[in-house]
Amino acid sequence: MDFQIAITGFVALYIFMLAAFSGWVIIGHVPAILHTPLMSGSNFVHGIVVVGGLFALINASSVQEQVIGFFAVLLGAGNVAGGYAVTDRMLAMFQVSGQKPKHAKHSPAQAHPSQKS
Amino acid sequence: MFTMLPQLIIGATDLAAAFLLMYGIKRMSSPVTAPSGIFVAGLGMLVAILASFLYIFNVSDAVKPFLTVNISLAVAALIIGGGLAWWSGKKVAMTAMPQMVALYNGMGGGAAGAIAGIELFGNKTQGVTQLIVALLGALIGALSLSGSLIAWAKLDGVIKKPLRVKGQQAFNGIVMLLTFAVGGYIVFMSQSGAAPLLPMPELIYLFFGCALIFGVLMTLPIGGADMPVVISVYNAFTGLAVGLEGFVLQNPALMIAGMVVGAAGMLLTILMAKAMNRSISNVLFTNFGTVAKHKHSNIKGNLKPTEAGDAGIFMRYAASVIIVPGYGLAVAQGQQKLYEFVKLLQAAGVKVRFAIHPVAGRMPGQMDVLLAEAGVPYDLIFQLDDINDDFATTDVALVIGANDVVNPAARTDKSSPIFGMPILNADKAKKVYVVKRGDGKGYAGIENALFYGDNCNMVYGDAQAVLIKMIEAVRGLGLSAAA
Repeated sequence: MDFQIAITGFVALYIFMLAAFSGWVIIGHVPAILHTPLMSGSNFVHGIVVVGGLFALINASSVQEQVIGFFAVLLGAGNVAGGYAVTDRMLAMFQVSGQKPKHAKHSPAQAHPSQKS
Repeated sequence: MFTMLPQLIIGATDLAAAFLLMYGIKRMSSPVTAPSGIFVAGLGMLVAILASFLYIFNVSDAVKPFLTVNISLAVAALIIGGGLAWWSGKKVAMTAMPQMVALYNGMGGGAAGAIAGIELFGNKTQGVTQLIVALLGALIGALSLSGSLIAWAKLDGVIKKPLRVKGQQAFNGIVMLLTFAVGGYIVFMSQSGAAPLLPMPELIYLFFGCALIFGVLMTLPIGGADMPVVISVYNAFTGLAVGLEGFVLQNPALMIAGMVVGAAGMLLTILMAKAMNRSISNVLFTNFGTVAKHKHSNIKGNLKPTEAGDAGIFMRYAASVIIVPGYGLAVAQGQQKLYEFVKLLQAAGVKVRFAIHPVAGRMPGQMDVLLAEAGVPYDLIFQLDDINDDFATTDVALVIGANDVVNPAARTDKSSPIFGMPILNADKAKKVYVVKRGDGKGYAGIENALFYGDNCNMVYGDAQAVLIKMIEAVRGLGLSAAA
Protein backbone atom coordinates (compact mmCIF):
# COMPACT_ATOMS: atom_id res chain seq x y z
CA MET A 1 0.00 0.00 0.00
CA ASP A 2 3.03 2.27 -0.18
CA PHE A 3 1.89 4.05 -3.32
CA GLN A 4 -1.53 5.02 -2.03
CA ILE A 5 -2.46 8.10 -0.11
CA ALA A 6 -3.51 7.05 3.37
CA ILE A 7 -7.18 7.68 4.05
CA THR A 8 -7.29 8.62 7.70
CA GLY A 9 -9.36 10.61 10.15
CA PHE A 10 -11.25 13.46 8.63
CA VAL A 11 -10.51 12.52 5.01
CA ALA A 12 -12.38 9.26 5.64
CA LEU A 13 -15.23 11.13 7.27
CA TYR A 14 -15.46 13.49 4.28
CA ILE A 15 -15.62 10.54 1.90
CA PHE A 16 -18.30 8.86 4.02
CA MET A 17 -20.30 12.06 4.31
CA LEU A 18 -20.25 12.83 0.59
CA ALA A 19 -21.03 9.21 -0.34
CA ALA A 20 -23.94 9.08 2.11
CA PHE A 21 -25.29 12.33 0.72
CA SER A 22 -24.97 11.00 -2.85
CA GLY A 23 -26.88 7.87 -1.91
CA TRP A 24 -29.60 9.96 -0.30
CA VAL A 25 -29.97 12.23 -3.34
CA ILE A 26 -29.81 9.44 -5.90
CA ILE A 27 -32.62 7.50 -4.26
CA GLY A 28 -34.67 10.52 -3.23
CA HIS A 29 -37.01 10.79 -6.20
CA VAL A 30 -37.54 7.18 -7.10
CA PRO A 31 -41.16 6.18 -7.82
CA ALA A 32 -42.51 3.42 -5.55
CA ILE A 33 -42.89 1.20 -8.60
CA LEU A 34 -39.09 0.83 -8.70
CA HIS A 35 -38.46 0.17 -5.01
CA THR A 36 -37.97 -3.57 -5.41
CA PRO A 37 -35.52 -3.41 -8.35
CA LEU A 38 -33.69 -0.59 -6.64
CA MET A 39 -33.30 -2.49 -3.41
CA SER A 40 -32.07 -5.48 -5.33
CA GLY A 41 -29.79 -3.20 -7.36
CA SER A 42 -28.24 -1.58 -4.30
CA ASN A 43 -27.91 -5.10 -2.90
CA PHE A 44 -25.80 -5.86 -5.98
CA VAL A 45 -23.71 -2.71 -5.53
CA HIS A 46 -22.56 -3.58 -2.02
CA GLY A 47 -21.33 -6.83 -3.56
CA ILE A 48 -18.19 -4.79 -4.28
CA VAL A 49 -17.14 -6.27 -0.94
CA VAL A 50 -15.83 -9.16 -3.06
CA VAL A 51 -12.96 -6.89 -4.13
CA GLY A 52 -12.00 -6.45 -0.47
CA GLY A 53 -12.31 -10.20 -0.02
CA LEU A 54 -9.95 -10.80 -2.96
CA PHE A 55 -7.43 -8.35 -1.49
CA ALA A 56 -7.57 -10.09 1.88
CA LEU A 57 -7.35 -13.59 0.39
CA ILE A 58 -4.45 -12.78 -1.94
CA ASN A 59 -2.54 -11.31 1.01
CA ALA A 60 -3.33 -14.26 3.30
CA SER A 61 -0.25 -15.62 5.10
CA SER A 62 -1.71 -18.43 7.20
CA VAL A 63 -4.12 -21.30 6.73
CA GLN A 64 -6.65 -19.58 9.00
CA GLU A 65 -6.56 -16.46 6.84
CA GLN A 66 -6.87 -18.58 3.70
CA VAL A 67 -9.99 -20.30 5.05
CA ILE A 68 -11.68 -17.08 6.16
CA GLY A 69 -10.59 -15.33 2.96
CA PHE A 70 -12.02 -18.15 0.86
CA PHE A 71 -15.39 -17.67 2.52
CA ALA A 72 -15.18 -13.90 2.15
CA VAL A 73 -14.70 -14.24 -1.61
CA LEU A 74 -17.26 -17.05 -1.87
CA LEU A 75 -19.95 -15.03 -0.10
CA GLY A 76 -19.02 -11.79 -1.87
CA ALA A 77 -19.14 -13.47 -5.27
CA GLY A 78 -22.57 -14.87 -4.37
CA ASN A 79 -23.75 -11.38 -3.46
CA VAL A 80 -22.52 -9.96 -6.77
CA ALA A 81 -23.73 -12.70 -9.11
CA GLY A 82 -27.08 -13.26 -7.41
CA GLY A 83 -27.76 -9.54 -7.06
CA TYR A 84 -27.05 -8.94 -10.73
CA ALA A 85 -29.08 -11.91 -12.00
CA VAL A 86 -32.16 -11.00 -9.97
CA THR A 87 -32.05 -7.27 -10.72
CA ASP A 88 -31.48 -7.83 -14.41
CA ARG A 89 -34.48 -10.14 -14.63
CA MET A 90 -36.75 -7.69 -12.83
CA LEU A 91 -35.72 -4.70 -14.87
CA ALA A 92 -36.11 -6.56 -18.15
CA MET A 93 -39.83 -6.79 -17.33
CA PHE A 94 -40.10 -3.07 -16.84
CA GLN A 95 -38.56 -2.58 -20.25
CA VAL A 96 -41.49 -4.36 -21.82
CA SER A 97 -44.13 -2.43 -19.91
CA GLY A 98 -42.21 0.80 -20.46
CA GLN A 99 -43.24 0.62 -24.10
CA LYS A 100 -46.76 -0.48 -23.28
CA PRO A 101 -48.50 2.72 -22.11
CA LYS A 102 -48.86 3.93 -25.71
CA HIS A 103 -50.78 0.78 -26.62
CA ALA A 104 -52.84 0.95 -23.47
CA LYS A 105 -54.07 4.42 -24.30
CA HIS A 106 -55.14 3.26 -27.73
CA SER A 107 -57.02 0.15 -26.72
CA PRO A 108 -59.82 1.74 -24.65
CA ALA A 109 -60.35 4.27 -27.43
CA GLN A 110 -60.73 1.46 -29.91
CA ALA A 111 -63.06 -0.34 -27.54
CA HIS A 112 -65.55 2.50 -27.20
CA PRO A 113 -67.10 2.38 -30.70
CA SER A 114 -67.75 -1.34 -30.36
CA GLN A 115 -69.51 -0.72 -27.09
CA LYS A 116 -71.85 1.83 -28.68
CA SER A 117 -72.78 -0.49 -31.49
CA MET B 1 8.57 1.94 -10.63
CA PHE B 2 7.70 -1.47 -11.96
CA THR B 3 5.91 -2.41 -8.75
CA MET B 4 3.95 0.81 -8.82
CA LEU B 5 2.25 0.11 -12.13
CA PRO B 6 -0.23 -2.48 -10.80
CA GLN B 7 -1.14 -0.10 -7.95
CA LEU B 8 -1.76 2.64 -10.46
CA ILE B 9 -4.00 0.42 -12.59
CA ILE B 10 -5.93 -0.80 -9.53
CA GLY B 11 -6.38 2.77 -8.33
CA ALA B 12 -7.68 3.91 -11.72
CA THR B 13 -10.04 0.95 -12.21
CA ASP B 14 -11.42 1.31 -8.69
CA LEU B 15 -12.14 4.96 -9.39
CA ALA B 16 -13.86 4.03 -12.64
CA ALA B 17 -15.79 1.26 -10.85
CA ALA B 18 -17.01 3.63 -8.13
CA PHE B 19 -18.22 6.05 -10.80
CA LEU B 20 -19.94 3.33 -12.85
CA LEU B 21 -21.68 1.88 -9.77
CA MET B 22 -23.09 5.26 -8.74
CA TYR B 23 -24.06 6.18 -12.29
CA GLY B 24 -25.71 2.75 -12.61
CA ILE B 25 -27.86 3.31 -9.50
CA LYS B 26 -28.78 6.75 -10.74
CA ARG B 27 -30.02 5.26 -14.01
CA MET B 28 -32.02 2.72 -12.02
CA SER B 29 -34.18 5.47 -10.57
CA SER B 30 -36.38 5.74 -13.68
CA PRO B 31 -38.23 2.86 -15.39
CA VAL B 32 -36.98 3.97 -18.82
CA THR B 33 -33.25 3.96 -18.09
CA ALA B 34 -33.28 1.25 -15.41
CA PRO B 35 -32.31 -1.80 -17.54
CA SER B 36 -29.20 -0.04 -18.82
CA GLY B 37 -28.45 1.06 -15.25
CA ILE B 38 -27.81 -2.43 -13.97
CA PHE B 39 -25.64 -3.13 -17.02
CA VAL B 40 -23.48 -0.07 -16.33
CA ALA B 41 -23.12 -1.06 -12.68
CA GLY B 42 -22.31 -4.62 -13.69
CA LEU B 43 -19.56 -3.40 -15.99
CA GLY B 44 -18.01 -1.39 -13.17
CA MET B 45 -18.13 -4.42 -10.89
CA LEU B 46 -16.51 -6.71 -13.48
CA VAL B 47 -13.65 -4.28 -14.09
CA ALA B 48 -13.04 -3.90 -10.34
CA ILE B 49 -12.99 -7.68 -9.76
CA LEU B 50 -10.59 -8.36 -12.66
CA ALA B 51 -8.27 -5.53 -11.60
CA SER B 52 -8.10 -6.79 -8.03
CA PHE B 53 -6.08 -9.78 -9.28
CA LEU B 54 -3.26 -7.29 -9.87
CA TYR B 55 -2.77 -7.32 -6.08
CA ILE B 56 -0.68 -10.43 -6.83
CA PHE B 57 2.24 -8.23 -7.87
CA ASN B 58 2.41 -6.32 -4.61
CA VAL B 59 2.38 -8.96 -1.89
CA SER B 60 4.88 -8.98 0.96
CA ASP B 61 7.57 -11.66 1.29
CA ALA B 62 5.68 -13.42 4.07
CA VAL B 63 2.78 -14.02 1.68
CA LYS B 64 4.78 -15.36 -1.29
CA PRO B 65 4.87 -19.06 -0.21
CA PHE B 66 1.07 -18.95 0.06
CA LEU B 67 0.43 -17.07 -3.16
CA THR B 68 -0.26 -19.98 -5.53
CA VAL B 69 -2.78 -21.49 -3.12
CA ASN B 70 -4.32 -18.07 -2.48
CA ILE B 71 -4.88 -17.44 -6.19
CA SER B 72 -6.41 -20.85 -6.82
CA LEU B 73 -8.65 -20.42 -3.78
CA ALA B 74 -9.75 -17.01 -5.06
CA VAL B 75 -10.61 -18.34 -8.51
CA ALA B 76 -12.41 -21.35 -7.05
CA ALA B 77 -14.41 -19.17 -4.64
CA LEU B 78 -15.39 -16.78 -7.42
CA ILE B 79 -16.54 -19.60 -9.69
CA ILE B 80 -18.38 -21.61 -7.01
CA GLY B 81 -20.01 -18.67 -5.19
CA GLY B 82 -20.74 -16.68 -8.31
CA GLY B 83 -21.93 -19.69 -10.30
CA LEU B 84 -24.32 -21.00 -7.66
CA ALA B 85 -25.81 -17.57 -6.98
CA TRP B 86 -26.13 -16.78 -10.70
CA TRP B 87 -27.89 -20.07 -11.33
CA SER B 88 -30.28 -19.64 -8.40
CA GLY B 89 -30.95 -16.00 -9.29
CA LYS B 90 -31.87 -16.88 -12.86
CA LYS B 91 -34.12 -19.76 -11.91
CA VAL B 92 -36.00 -18.42 -8.87
CA ALA B 93 -39.69 -17.53 -9.31
CA MET B 94 -40.58 -13.84 -9.10
CA THR B 95 -42.76 -14.54 -6.06
CA ALA B 96 -39.73 -15.94 -4.20
CA MET B 97 -37.65 -12.86 -5.01
CA PRO B 98 -37.70 -11.23 -1.56
CA GLN B 99 -36.11 -14.20 0.18
CA MET B 100 -33.43 -14.46 -2.51
CA VAL B 101 -32.56 -10.79 -2.08
CA ALA B 102 -32.39 -11.39 1.67
CA LEU B 103 -30.06 -14.34 1.09
CA TYR B 104 -27.70 -12.46 -1.27
CA ASN B 105 -27.69 -9.57 1.15
CA GLY B 106 -26.74 -11.86 4.02
CA MET B 107 -23.85 -13.15 1.90
CA GLY B 108 -22.54 -9.60 1.47
CA GLY B 109 -22.76 -9.02 5.22
CA GLY B 110 -20.94 -12.30 5.84
CA ALA B 111 -18.19 -11.30 3.40
CA ALA B 112 -17.71 -7.98 5.20
CA GLY B 113 -17.61 -9.82 8.53
CA ALA B 114 -15.06 -12.32 7.18
CA ILE B 115 -12.79 -9.51 5.96
CA ALA B 116 -12.95 -7.98 9.41
CA GLY B 117 -12.10 -11.42 10.81
CA ILE B 118 -8.92 -11.62 8.75
CA GLU B 119 -7.88 -8.13 9.81
CA LEU B 120 -8.59 -8.84 13.47
CA PHE B 121 -7.14 -12.36 13.74
CA GLY B 122 -4.09 -11.35 11.70
CA ASN B 123 -3.62 -8.20 13.77
CA LYS B 124 -3.45 -6.14 10.60
CA THR B 125 -5.28 -3.05 11.77
CA GLN B 126 -3.13 -0.02 12.33
CA GLY B 127 -4.00 2.24 15.19
CA VAL B 128 -7.00 2.40 17.44
CA THR B 129 -9.30 4.07 14.89
CA GLN B 130 -8.91 1.25 12.37
CA LEU B 131 -9.40 -1.31 15.11
CA ILE B 132 -12.66 0.26 16.28
CA VAL B 133 -13.92 0.64 12.72
CA ALA B 134 -13.01 -2.98 11.93
CA LEU B 135 -14.91 -4.17 15.02
CA LEU B 136 -17.92 -2.03 14.16
CA GLY B 137 -17.94 -3.36 10.59
CA ALA B 138 -17.58 -6.90 11.93
CA LEU B 139 -20.55 -6.41 14.27
CA ILE B 140 -22.83 -4.93 11.60
CA GLY B 141 -21.75 -7.44 8.96
CA ALA B 142 -22.22 -10.48 11.21
CA LEU B 143 -25.58 -9.15 12.44
CA SER B 144 -26.67 -8.63 8.85
CA LEU B 145 -25.60 -12.17 7.93
CA SER B 146 -27.48 -14.00 10.67
CA GLY B 147 -30.44 -11.60 10.56
CA SER B 148 -30.82 -11.97 6.79
CA LEU B 149 -30.67 -15.75 7.09
CA ILE B 150 -33.54 -15.69 9.59
CA ALA B 151 -35.46 -13.29 7.31
CA TRP B 152 -34.88 -15.71 4.43
CA ALA B 153 -36.10 -18.65 6.53
CA LYS B 154 -39.24 -16.74 7.51
CA LEU B 155 -40.06 -15.60 3.98
CA ASP B 156 -39.39 -19.06 2.60
CA GLY B 157 -41.73 -20.62 5.18
CA VAL B 158 -38.99 -22.58 6.95
CA ILE B 159 -39.85 -20.66 10.12
CA LYS B 160 -43.62 -20.28 10.25
CA LYS B 161 -44.42 -18.23 13.33
CA PRO B 162 -42.70 -15.29 14.96
CA LEU B 163 -40.92 -16.60 18.04
CA ARG B 164 -41.61 -14.57 21.14
CA VAL B 165 -40.90 -15.24 24.77
CA LYS B 166 -41.34 -13.09 27.85
CA GLY B 167 -38.45 -10.82 28.66
CA GLN B 168 -37.06 -11.24 25.18
CA GLN B 169 -36.35 -7.57 24.69
CA ALA B 170 -34.42 -7.40 27.93
CA PHE B 171 -32.45 -10.50 26.94
CA ASN B 172 -31.67 -9.03 23.50
CA GLY B 173 -30.52 -5.86 25.19
CA ILE B 174 -28.14 -7.86 27.39
CA VAL B 175 -26.68 -9.68 24.37
CA MET B 176 -26.18 -6.33 22.63
CA LEU B 177 -24.46 -4.84 25.67
CA LEU B 178 -22.30 -7.95 25.98
CA THR B 179 -21.21 -7.60 22.35
CA PHE B 180 -20.25 -3.99 22.90
CA ALA B 181 -18.48 -4.91 26.14
CA VAL B 182 -16.38 -7.60 24.43
CA GLY B 183 -15.55 -5.19 21.61
CA GLY B 184 -14.58 -2.48 24.08
CA TYR B 185 -12.45 -4.94 26.02
CA ILE B 186 -10.61 -5.93 22.82
CA VAL B 187 -9.85 -2.28 22.10
CA PHE B 188 -8.73 -1.70 25.68
CA MET B 189 -6.46 -4.76 25.69
CA SER B 190 -4.88 -3.92 22.35
CA GLN B 191 -4.02 -0.44 23.60
CA SER B 192 -2.56 -1.52 26.91
CA GLY B 193 -1.00 -4.92 26.14
CA ALA B 194 2.45 -5.38 24.67
CA ALA B 195 1.30 -7.88 22.04
CA PRO B 196 -2.01 -6.49 20.82
CA LEU B 197 -4.83 -8.75 19.61
CA LEU B 198 -2.73 -11.79 18.76
CA PRO B 199 -3.03 -13.46 22.17
CA MET B 200 -6.80 -13.17 22.27
CA PRO B 201 -8.44 -15.09 19.44
CA GLU B 202 -10.99 -16.42 21.96
CA LEU B 203 -12.22 -12.88 22.56
CA ILE B 204 -12.60 -12.29 18.84
CA TYR B 205 -14.55 -15.55 18.49
CA LEU B 206 -16.75 -14.46 21.39
CA PHE B 207 -17.31 -11.09 19.73
CA PHE B 208 -18.38 -12.65 16.42
CA GLY B 209 -20.53 -15.20 18.26
CA CYS B 210 -22.38 -12.50 20.18
CA ALA B 211 -22.94 -10.43 17.03
CA LEU B 212 -24.33 -13.44 15.13
CA ILE B 213 -26.61 -14.44 18.01
CA PHE B 214 -27.84 -10.87 18.33
CA GLY B 215 -28.82 -10.87 14.64
CA VAL B 216 -30.85 -14.06 15.16
CA LEU B 217 -32.53 -12.83 18.35
CA MET B 218 -33.37 -9.46 16.82
CA THR B 219 -35.07 -10.96 13.75
CA LEU B 220 -36.92 -13.92 15.29
CA PRO B 221 -39.75 -11.97 16.98
CA ILE B 222 -40.51 -9.78 13.95
CA GLY B 223 -43.77 -10.66 12.20
CA GLY B 224 -44.08 -11.51 8.54
CA ALA B 225 -45.91 -8.32 7.62
CA ASP B 226 -42.86 -6.32 8.68
CA MET B 227 -40.39 -8.32 6.60
CA PRO B 228 -40.12 -5.72 3.80
CA VAL B 229 -38.79 -3.21 6.31
CA VAL B 230 -36.44 -5.76 7.85
CA ILE B 231 -34.86 -6.71 4.51
CA SER B 232 -34.39 -3.04 3.73
CA VAL B 233 -32.72 -2.43 7.10
CA TYR B 234 -30.29 -5.30 6.63
CA ASN B 235 -29.55 -4.12 3.10
CA ALA B 236 -28.53 -0.76 4.54
CA PHE B 237 -26.56 -2.50 7.30
CA THR B 238 -24.55 -4.56 4.84
CA GLY B 239 -23.76 -1.43 2.84
CA LEU B 240 -22.56 0.24 6.03
CA ALA B 241 -20.41 -2.76 6.99
CA VAL B 242 -18.85 -2.82 3.51
CA GLY B 243 -18.09 0.88 3.74
CA LEU B 244 -16.45 0.47 7.15
CA GLU B 245 -14.33 -2.48 6.04
CA GLY B 246 -13.37 -0.38 2.99
CA PHE B 247 -11.87 2.11 5.41
CA VAL B 248 -9.94 -0.65 7.20
CA LEU B 249 -8.60 -1.94 3.86
CA GLN B 250 -7.94 1.64 2.74
CA ASN B 251 -10.02 1.03 -0.37
CA PRO B 252 -12.06 4.12 -1.37
CA ALA B 253 -14.21 2.19 -3.89
CA LEU B 254 -15.55 0.01 -1.09
CA MET B 255 -16.02 3.01 1.17
CA ILE B 256 -18.02 4.93 -1.42
CA ALA B 257 -20.13 2.07 -2.80
CA GLY B 258 -20.86 0.78 0.71
CA MET B 259 -21.84 4.15 2.09
CA VAL B 260 -24.00 5.04 -0.92
CA VAL B 261 -25.95 1.81 -0.39
CA GLY B 262 -26.05 2.38 3.36
CA ALA B 263 -27.59 5.84 2.98
CA ALA B 264 -29.92 4.85 0.14
CA GLY B 265 -31.04 1.79 2.09
CA MET B 266 -31.72 3.87 5.19
CA LEU B 267 -33.82 6.32 3.15
CA LEU B 268 -35.76 3.48 1.54
CA THR B 269 -36.39 2.01 4.99
CA ILE B 270 -37.70 5.31 6.33
CA LEU B 271 -40.02 5.72 3.32
CA MET B 272 -41.37 2.24 3.90
CA ALA B 273 -41.84 2.63 7.62
CA LYS B 274 -43.67 5.88 6.89
CA ALA B 275 -45.99 4.00 4.54
CA MET B 276 -46.91 1.77 7.49
CA ASN B 277 -47.18 4.75 9.83
CA ARG B 278 -44.61 3.28 12.18
CA SER B 279 -41.10 4.17 13.22
CA ILE B 280 -38.18 1.90 12.41
CA SER B 281 -37.49 1.18 16.06
CA ASN B 282 -41.16 0.29 16.43
CA VAL B 283 -40.81 -2.31 13.67
CA LEU B 284 -37.57 -3.74 15.01
CA PHE B 285 -38.16 -3.74 18.73
CA THR B 286 -41.92 -4.05 19.25
CA ASN B 287 -43.74 -7.33 19.16
CA PHE B 288 -46.20 -6.85 16.35
CA GLY B 289 -49.61 -8.45 16.32
CA THR B 290 -49.66 -9.80 19.87
CA VAL B 291 -52.93 -8.06 20.81
CA ALA B 292 -54.94 -9.94 18.19
CA LYS B 293 -57.07 -12.09 20.50
CA HIS B 294 -59.94 -9.88 21.64
CA LYS B 295 -60.76 -8.68 18.11
CA HIS B 296 -63.42 -11.30 17.38
CA SER B 297 -66.38 -9.76 19.19
CA ASN B 298 -66.21 -6.28 17.65
CA ILE B 299 -67.30 -7.27 14.16
CA LYS B 300 -70.97 -7.38 13.23
CA GLY B 301 -72.56 -8.87 10.14
CA ASN B 302 -72.03 -12.02 8.13
CA LEU B 303 -69.73 -13.28 5.46
CA LYS B 304 -71.72 -13.44 2.22
CA PRO B 305 -70.25 -15.84 -0.32
CA THR B 306 -71.07 -15.47 -4.00
CA GLU B 307 -70.22 -17.23 -7.28
CA ALA B 308 -67.19 -16.16 -9.30
CA GLY B 309 -69.22 -15.97 -12.50
CA ASP B 310 -71.83 -13.62 -10.98
CA ALA B 311 -69.10 -11.32 -9.70
CA GLY B 312 -67.44 -11.30 -13.13
CA ILE B 313 -70.68 -10.34 -14.89
CA PHE B 314 -71.43 -7.63 -12.32
CA MET B 315 -68.04 -6.06 -13.06
CA ARG B 316 -68.64 -6.33 -16.81
CA TYR B 317 -71.60 -3.95 -16.45
CA ALA B 318 -69.90 -1.60 -13.97
CA ALA B 319 -68.49 1.72 -15.12
CA SER B 320 -65.34 1.62 -13.06
CA VAL B 321 -63.37 -1.06 -11.24
CA ILE B 322 -60.34 -0.74 -8.97
CA ILE B 323 -58.35 -3.91 -8.38
CA VAL B 324 -56.41 -4.36 -5.14
CA PRO B 325 -53.94 -7.20 -5.64
CA GLY B 326 -52.09 -8.79 -2.75
CA TYR B 327 -49.59 -11.51 -2.11
CA GLY B 328 -52.30 -14.19 -2.39
CA LEU B 329 -52.62 -13.38 -6.10
CA ALA B 330 -48.91 -14.00 -6.57
CA VAL B 331 -49.05 -17.26 -4.64
CA ALA B 332 -51.81 -18.51 -6.93
CA GLN B 333 -49.82 -17.33 -9.99
CA GLY B 334 -52.96 -15.47 -11.08
CA GLN B 335 -51.38 -12.30 -12.53
CA GLN B 336 -51.63 -13.43 -16.16
CA LYS B 337 -55.29 -14.43 -15.82
CA LEU B 338 -56.02 -11.20 -13.98
CA TYR B 339 -54.66 -9.11 -16.83
CA GLU B 340 -56.65 -11.23 -19.31
CA PHE B 341 -59.80 -10.46 -17.29
CA VAL B 342 -58.85 -6.77 -17.17
CA LYS B 343 -58.48 -6.66 -20.95
CA LEU B 344 -61.96 -8.17 -21.30
CA LEU B 345 -63.41 -5.50 -19.02
CA GLN B 346 -61.56 -2.75 -20.88
CA ALA B 347 -62.91 -4.05 -24.18
CA ALA B 348 -66.40 -3.70 -22.65
CA GLY B 349 -65.68 -0.07 -21.79
CA VAL B 350 -65.06 -0.51 -18.08
CA LYS B 351 -62.47 1.82 -16.56
CA VAL B 352 -60.04 -0.49 -14.77
CA ARG B 353 -57.21 0.58 -12.51
CA PHE B 354 -54.87 -1.15 -10.07
CA ALA B 355 -54.30 0.17 -6.55
CA ILE B 356 -51.05 -0.91 -4.95
CA HIS B 357 -50.36 -0.60 -1.26
CA PRO B 358 -46.75 0.37 -0.46
CA VAL B 359 -46.20 -2.83 1.49
CA ALA B 360 -48.23 -5.20 -0.71
CA GLY B 361 -46.27 -8.39 -1.14
CA ARG B 362 -43.27 -9.34 0.91
CA MET B 363 -40.99 -6.59 -0.34
CA PRO B 364 -41.61 -2.92 -1.18
CA GLY B 365 -42.84 -2.63 -4.74
CA GLN B 366 -42.94 -6.39 -5.29
CA MET B 367 -46.55 -6.21 -6.52
CA ASP B 368 -45.52 -3.71 -9.20
CA VAL B 369 -42.86 -6.12 -10.43
CA LEU B 370 -45.28 -9.05 -10.51
CA LEU B 371 -47.89 -7.08 -12.48
CA ALA B 372 -45.18 -5.86 -14.85
CA GLU B 373 -44.18 -9.49 -15.35
CA ALA B 374 -47.75 -10.25 -16.46
CA GLY B 375 -47.57 -7.37 -18.95
CA VAL B 376 -49.79 -4.85 -17.17
CA PRO B 377 -48.82 -1.40 -18.46
CA TYR B 378 -47.68 0.74 -15.59
CA ASP B 379 -49.96 3.68 -16.32
CA LEU B 380 -52.80 1.48 -15.05
CA ILE B 381 -50.99 1.01 -11.74
CA PHE B 382 -51.60 3.60 -9.04
CA GLN B 383 -50.00 4.07 -5.64
CA LEU B 384 -52.00 4.56 -2.45
CA ASP B 385 -51.95 8.37 -2.27
CA ASP B 386 -52.93 8.78 -5.92
CA ILE B 387 -56.00 6.59 -5.93
CA ASN B 388 -57.34 6.35 -2.39
CA ASP B 389 -59.88 9.15 -2.77
CA ASP B 390 -61.31 7.54 -5.90
CA PHE B 391 -62.70 4.46 -4.14
CA ALA B 392 -65.80 6.37 -2.97
CA THR B 393 -66.79 7.10 -6.57
CA THR B 394 -65.94 3.65 -7.89
CA ASP B 395 -68.52 0.97 -8.64
CA VAL B 396 -66.52 -2.11 -7.72
CA ALA B 397 -63.40 -2.77 -5.69
CA LEU B 398 -61.96 -6.20 -6.45
CA VAL B 399 -59.66 -7.36 -3.67
CA ILE B 400 -57.57 -10.36 -4.69
CA GLY B 401 -55.41 -12.09 -2.10
CA ALA B 402 -54.96 -8.94 -0.04
CA ASN B 403 -56.17 -8.60 3.53
CA ASP B 404 -54.37 -6.38 6.05
CA VAL B 405 -53.86 -3.54 3.56
CA VAL B 406 -57.64 -3.11 3.17
CA ASN B 407 -58.58 -3.65 6.83
CA PRO B 408 -60.65 -0.66 8.02
CA ALA B 409 -59.58 -1.44 11.60
CA ALA B 410 -56.44 0.51 10.76
CA ARG B 411 -58.60 3.63 10.56
CA THR B 412 -61.08 3.02 13.35
CA ASP B 413 -59.91 0.56 15.99
CA LYS B 414 -57.28 1.93 18.33
CA SER B 415 -56.65 -1.46 19.90
CA SER B 416 -55.78 -3.06 16.57
CA PRO B 417 -52.09 -3.79 16.00
CA ILE B 418 -52.29 -2.18 12.58
CA PHE B 419 -54.04 0.97 13.83
CA GLY B 420 -52.69 4.04 12.06
CA MET B 421 -51.30 2.21 9.07
CA PRO B 422 -52.52 3.88 5.86
CA ILE B 423 -54.84 1.47 4.07
CA LEU B 424 -56.54 1.33 0.71
CA ASN B 425 -60.16 2.43 1.29
CA ALA B 426 -61.68 -0.48 -0.63
CA ASP B 427 -64.58 -0.55 1.85
CA LYS B 428 -65.79 2.82 0.52
CA ALA B 429 -66.49 1.48 -2.96
CA LYS B 430 -70.15 0.86 -3.82
CA LYS B 431 -69.52 -2.86 -4.16
CA VAL B 432 -66.61 -4.95 -2.89
CA TYR B 433 -65.63 -8.43 -4.04
CA VAL B 434 -62.98 -10.25 -2.04
CA VAL B 435 -61.31 -13.22 -3.67
CA LYS B 436 -59.88 -15.41 -0.95
CA ARG B 437 -58.84 -18.99 -0.35
CA GLY B 438 -60.83 -19.38 2.85
CA ASP B 439 -61.78 -17.65 6.07
CA GLY B 440 -58.17 -17.41 7.24
CA LYS B 441 -56.66 -14.27 8.64
CA GLY B 442 -54.02 -12.09 7.04
CA TYR B 443 -50.33 -12.10 7.79
CA ALA B 444 -50.88 -9.82 10.78
CA GLY B 445 -53.29 -12.42 12.21
CA ILE B 446 -56.33 -10.18 12.71
CA GLU B 447 -59.96 -10.23 11.59
CA ASN B 448 -61.04 -7.92 8.79
CA ALA B 449 -64.31 -5.98 9.23
CA LEU B 450 -64.37 -5.20 5.50
CA PHE B 451 -65.39 -8.80 4.75
CA TYR B 452 -68.45 -8.48 6.98
CA GLY B 453 -69.63 -5.20 5.44
CA ASP B 454 -73.04 -4.89 3.76
CA ASN B 455 -71.48 -3.99 0.41
CA CYS B 456 -69.06 -6.91 0.43
CA ASN B 457 -69.30 -10.39 -1.10
CA MET B 458 -66.75 -13.13 -0.69
CA VAL B 459 -65.61 -15.21 -3.65
CA TYR B 460 -63.91 -18.28 -2.23
CA GLY B 461 -61.27 -20.19 -4.11
CA ASP B 462 -57.81 -20.13 -5.54
CA ALA B 463 -57.26 -16.73 -7.23
CA GLN B 464 -56.31 -18.21 -10.57
CA ALA B 465 -59.28 -20.63 -10.65
CA VAL B 466 -61.68 -17.81 -9.70
CA LEU B 467 -60.33 -15.56 -12.44
CA ILE B 468 -60.71 -18.29 -15.04
CA LYS B 469 -64.38 -18.64 -14.03
CA MET B 470 -64.86 -14.86 -14.25
CA ILE B 471 -63.29 -14.78 -17.72
CA GLU B 472 -65.51 -17.63 -18.91
CA ALA B 473 -68.64 -15.93 -17.55
CA VAL B 474 -67.87 -12.61 -19.24
CA ARG B 475 -66.89 -14.30 -22.52
CA GLY B 476 -70.11 -16.35 -22.48
CA LEU B 477 -72.03 -13.13 -22.10
CA GLY B 478 -70.31 -11.57 -25.09
CA LEU B 479 -71.19 -14.56 -27.27
CA SER B 480 -74.86 -14.59 -26.35
CA ALA B 481 -75.08 -10.83 -26.91
CA ALA B 482 -73.58 -11.20 -30.36
CA ALA B 483 -76.02 -14.01 -31.21
